[in-house]
Amino acid sequence: MLRYALKRLLSLVLSLAVASVVIFAVIEVAPGDPASFMLGVNAQADTLAALRAELGLDVSKIERYFNWVGGMLAGDFGTSYTYRTPVSQMIADRLWVSLPLAIYALTLSTLIAFPAGLYAAARRGKPGDVAVMGATQLGIAVPNFWFAMMLVLVFAINLRWFNAGGFAGWENGLWTGLQSLTLPAIALALPQGAILARVMRSALLDILAEDFMRTARAKGLSRRQALWRHGVRNALIPVLTIIGLQFSFLLAGSIIIEQVFYLPGLGRLVFQAISARDLIVVESVVMLLVFAVIMVNFLVDLAYAAVDPRLRSRT
Amino acid sequence: MSLLQIKDLSLTIHGAQILKRINLSIDAGQIVAVTGESGSGKSMTALAVMQLLPSGAEADGSLQLDGQNLLNQSEAQMCALRGAAIGMVFQEPMTALNPVKTIGDQVMETILIHKAMPPARARARAKEVLSRVGLPTHRFPMSRYPHELSGGQRQRVVIAMAIALRPRLLIADEPTTALDVTTQAQILDLLKGLVSEYGMGLLMITHDLAVVADMADQIVIMRHGEVVETGTTEHLLHHMQHPYTRMLFEASGHQVSLPLSPNPYPLLEVEDVVRDYRLPRTHLFGAPGHHRAVDQVSFTLNRGERLGLVGESGCGKSTLTRAILGLEDVQHGRISLGGQPVFTGHTPNLAVRRKMQVVFQDPYGSFNPRHRVARLITEPFHLLDTPPTGSERRDRIAEMLVAVGLSPNDASRYIHEFSGGQRQRIAIARALIIRPELILFDEAISALDVSVRARILDLLAELCATYDLTYLFISHDLSVVRTITDRVLVMQAGRIVEQGATEQVFAQPRHPYTRTLIDAAPRLPEMGQGAA
Repeated sequence: MLRYALKRLLSLVLSLAVASVVIFAVIEVAPGDPASFMLGVNAQADTLAALRAELGLDVSKIERYFNWVGGMLAGDFGTSYTYRTPVSQMIADRLWVSLPLAIYALTLSTLIAFPAGLYAAARRGKPGDVAVMGATQLGIAVPNFWFAMMLVLVFAINLRWFNAGGFAGWENGLWTGLQSLTLPAIALALPQGAILARVMRSALLDILAEDFMRTARAKGLSRRQALWRHGVRNALIPVLTIIGLQFSFLLAGSIIIEQVFYLPGLGRLVFQAISARDLIVVESVVMLLVFAVIMVNFLVDLAYAAVDPRLRSRT
Repeated sequence: MSLLQIKDLSLTIHGAQILKRINLSIDAGQIVAVTGESGSGKSMTALAVMQLLPSGAEADGSLQLDGQNLLNQSEAQMCALRGAAIGMVFQEPMTALNPVKTIGDQVMETILIHKAMPPARARARAKEVLSRVGLPTHRFPMSRYPHELSGGQRQRVVIAMAIALRPRLLIADEPTTALDVTTQAQILDLLKGLVSEYGMGLLMITHDLAVVADMADQIVIMRHGEVVETGTTEHLLHHMQHPYTRMLFEASGHQVSLPLSPNPYPLLEVEDVVRDYRLPRTHLFGAPGHHRAVDQVSFTLNRGERLGLVGESGCGKSTLTRAILGLEDVQHGRISLGGQPVFTGHTPNLAVRRKMQVVFQDPYGSFNPRHRVARLITEPFHLLDTPPTGSERRDRIAEMLVAVGLSPNDASRYIHEFSGGQRQRIAIARALIIRPELILFDEAISALDVSVRARILDLLAELCATYDLTYLFISHDLSVVRTITDRVLVMQAGRIVEQGATEQVFAQPRHPYTRTLIDAAPRLPEMGQGAA
């Protein structure tokens, strides 16, 4: 198990190194001079020269790459060209919104998906299964911003249980923070939960057809006992894969929901940075997201091994 | 009173009649074998006793276990009986165990689920039972996972689970079909020993008549959901009444006579072939280990010769076959067909490869289900520089279909419309259509029922006479290899340990491994003349 974890860790470090080279190459090298790109075609020569000096473009590309990576390792992501503030500070502020939101939404989605998937699988073809499948179909088909608007309409405007938008911050206590994230998290979780429930159901149905489930029944386990004791853990592998993918998506892909609820999240930051051609911010956020995705994959790999002994010994 | 008494058991699944008024009974300490070809309803009989029938099944009649009608039990009552009063062993040991739980936990589960004893004693009992089935815990700790065991060892775990609570009745559904002959012999011995030691009744489902004749006290022959004949083994073997029973036994020991092969000269030459597989590194920076699948194998196959290759699973048969076909590069040695190498450097030599064709075990999986037969059997035409077209193509298709005993009209049908035996005939037609110099049969008839297998053997003998076939027949079934080949190679752990004329090797095996193989294979008894 330890060797397996070390091998995964090595592959994590290598992936990060490769990713950083690719991101650097695409953004800094490929489209010509970043400074002229950031300033646009009508830029003055002296402004351009000033920006080039500020961006450190006057040294060789290899040197720039190591300056960039070294800076990131030390926590220095550079200074935003549009906002004139350290990028690390901007990202940290946004992460305090986006990370809790992603975790919150993923927890909700898992809480919806597991019972729904189990329930449907245990009642395959019966009315309960058909109902769950219909509901998940709807959950996948309806866009999450529509859910978001309906939630605002019902819970913020009519019932006044939550605020319609904005983020109250964590300074006023955990509960206040969570409260302003609840409606966005639900809106994000519904479609993801619907997908996950379907994955859970089909994974369980595959497992139910396995020979060892029949063996379990021959030992005297009831249908339900066999499902719980032998089905669930075996069905977790595909479910974990989807959970990993969903987390990466939720971290940065929630821009529409952030927009609907006026949340200062990472998605909006990237969007604004791209609009303002603030390449320094874009580059840093992209690197951060790559880091998050690779990290999540690493954790998912470890979870696989915890679930399935065959993976532990295959190293 | 009998332990299990099945009276007039009928079964329908979604309205289709599966079993028709089955009668059979088992006493304590008795082995009753139910045999018949696929679709005869033998497995459904076993599942009916367990009440683990597929959905849509409706059973009628009576299934008395110690006077208790199993058909009237509620699901909860059946759960209490399964595992405790009736144990069951399945065919596929590779998939019958949960891959993510340890073998100790899985054996203990049988005991704990019935709340038969507290966990500490259950653990002790699981340990005892595992030792009894030949997996002593000092060599096979209970913390092992199924993937760390071989097929035979896994089957022992399944048996341990089934007998942990000493059930009165044990059902074994093809328990050794997926195992090698030597492992099969050990598992059958184990089952026999358990029956006499525990006084269990054993209901054994198997298609292998040699196993039946060797094991059973009582034989039940089934066909199309009906019992056609039943009797004590001794009596039935000597006085079989039903023509179907006689046909089954005849087909199981079916012999063909091969025509003499034309004057021999070397066709396939295999010299000093070595195939290594890299194993995963054991240390991060250590050199990776090697597994030598084929170890300095040399042999020559003459034109017109029928050569057999036998050995247990994992002995390197398949790797060698793939190497001959040019599907796998070898590290050392030379394989050539008609003097031309199969591999030039590391690139397969396509001109040589097209002179060989192969027939695989799975008659369904080796065909594209969306193509018609005409297209399926003409697939090898891709290999020709000038493939026949138009009427010539049609004639070739018709000729091949007739040669393998099908009709030219079958060319426009799809593969799912054919039975297993017919599919294998189509596979043979596909292999023959470009008149290859060499055909490889890779376990080509292992999945077929005995009567179908007998007819395919007849077909091969006929084709040998018509087309002067040269083939390499790879099989684990010794009785088939004995009748369908002129010469045989015996392979063990990557090496050829014995080779020679088939009859001579079987009659006077020289290598101890060959002797072990031949001794382990169950044999059909000589049938009395009264049987005919």
